[in-house]
Amino acid sequence: MSNLHTELKESIIEQLNLEDMEVSDIENDEPLFGDGLGLDSIDALELIVLLEKDYGIKLTDPNQGKEIFNSINSMANFIEQNRTR
Amino acid sequence: MISEIQHIIIRDSRIVRNGEVIFEKENNRDISDFLKSAYKAFSIDYPKYFKMDRLSKLGFLATELLFPQGVDEKTALVFGNSNSSLDTDEDYLKTMQSFPSPGLFVYTLPNIMLGEISIRQQLYSENTFLIFEKFDAALFLDSAESLLLQNNTNAVLCGWVDLHSNDYDVFLWHIASLEQLKSQREQILKIYLPTHE
Repeated sequence: MSNLHTELKESIIEQLNLEDMEVSDIENDEPLFGDGLGLDSIDALELIVLLEKDYGIKLTDPNQGKEIFNSINSMANFIEQNRTR
Repeated sequence: MISEIQHIIIRDSRIVRNGEVIFEKENNRDISDFLKSAYKAFSIDYPKYFKMDRLSKLGFLATELLFPQGVDEKTALVFGNSNSSLDTDEDYLKTMQSFPSPGLFVYTLPNIMLGEISIRQQLYSENTFLIFEKFDAALFLDSAESLLLQNNTNAVLCGWVDLHSNDYDVFLWHIASLEQLKSQREQILKIYLPTHE
């Protein structure tokens, strides 16, 4: 697991108040929404904020979200390609 | 009789249900720590609790502990406080200096607490949130009475849930019928006041 994957999991647990969840509980290819982590629409907005705050990425097309936030793997790939910090 | 009114008080790091202390955390001035400890102590399994603001946690916890078996679906909610959602408003204001938090923004209204309770208890009933300077039993009872006169309300859960910084004051009580409501007019303040400094 890359540092980015671990860092993302730590940020998600903290930002989304996923109490009692640890980095090892989140699989890289597990769906973040729906049956996976069970995140909701407000969590999606928090993830958009996280991308901008931590990696300098502004999402301009809301339709991108579904693909980017599919899993930790998809988030990490998108960040590696688009990060400005 | 006072003992017939189901009620719960959360105040000074103690939870008192129907006159009996059911949880206490001594020398604890941190409300976040208190709310987490109480949740764990009663083995409540509801991960969304940790996403709520502190005001909603107080109302949620009080309802959960007053009615461990759940609330009747035709129970209306009449809640109120003095500080509205100021505690969360201030937290949200801090985030506005950099990146405003959507997760905090959704709690910048006090009646969101009623939504959280209704979702958990699967209530589709009427609900009201009142804001007034200090606890006023008559205001709660008048609102509850008007709801009980409607055909679709069987009972009312009243709640004073006030919070600002680490100061909190929670008092919930149940009104089972119009008849019981009439007898409560002389009693509610007596239950609320003794432990309230």
